Amino acid sequence: MDLSLSTRTVGDRTVVEVGGEIDVYTALKLREQLVELVNDGSFHLVVDMERVDFLDSTGLGVLIGGLKRVRAHEGSLRLVCNQERILKIFRITGLTKVFPIHTSVEEAVAATD
Amino acid sequence: MATVELRFSALPEHVRTARLVAAAVARRAGVDEAVLDEVRLAVGEACTRAVGLHQAANVPAPVRVALIEEEKQFSIEVGDEAPRSVPGERAPGAGPGEDPEAEGEDEMGLAVISGLVDDVEVTAGENGGSIRMTWPTTP
Repeated sequence: MDLSLSTRTVGDRTVVEVGGEIDVYTALKLREQLVELVNDGSFHLVVDMERVDFLDSTGLGVLIGGLKRVRAHEGSLRLVCNQERILKIFRITGLTKVFPIHTSVEEAVAATD
Repeated sequence: MATVELRFSALPEHVRTARLVAAAVARRAGVDEAVLDEVRLAVGEACTRAVGLHQAANVPAPVRVALIEEEKQFSIEVGDEAPRSVPGERAPGAGPGEDPEAEGEDEMGLAVISGLVDDVEVTAGENGGSIRMTWPTTP
């Protein structure tokens, strides 16, 4: 399976829906998408990972890169994820302290803290 | 001798193949279903790291993955041929700088592996290195 990406705007947030596998091969595509959004002025991103089947450290690196970019514009990057096997990777790398992780897109879009 | 051995060109697109093969052989060997996700992730991390090391040091050799079924345990050994002057250090010429986002990813990959796998052995020398990971099996 490859990586699928789609974006939509909800208020002042841009929701990036990611599906498939984020690994060393496909991560570049996600990175390009995040860079493009920031370059186009979208600084408040919600990455919906509910349809992600696989995530590795390369994918984590891309998300951290995205976070750095939006923060440079006082933006935000929130994740939506309920899948235990994906959440586990954030936990063992300590990244649950770095990314706000929400249980639904609605919750992430409404979050302001 | 390894139960299954895999060699692939050091290219990112082949890492997924290595994950799939490793998970299939691990399942057959009797690794618990609940742990297969971890096997898949750990072998992917090890292969990603090996591909990165080969590419950074311009090593034309393939990355090796040995899947070893033993009594009551299953091991995966991922071997690279990227030379290190000091164990654990990056290959010469592969210093930081070009890509700030790639920096530290090698360490994060290792962090994920050591977080996932209890029994892991990392070795490195002037002829390359290897990561050996072992899981218990039930017949």
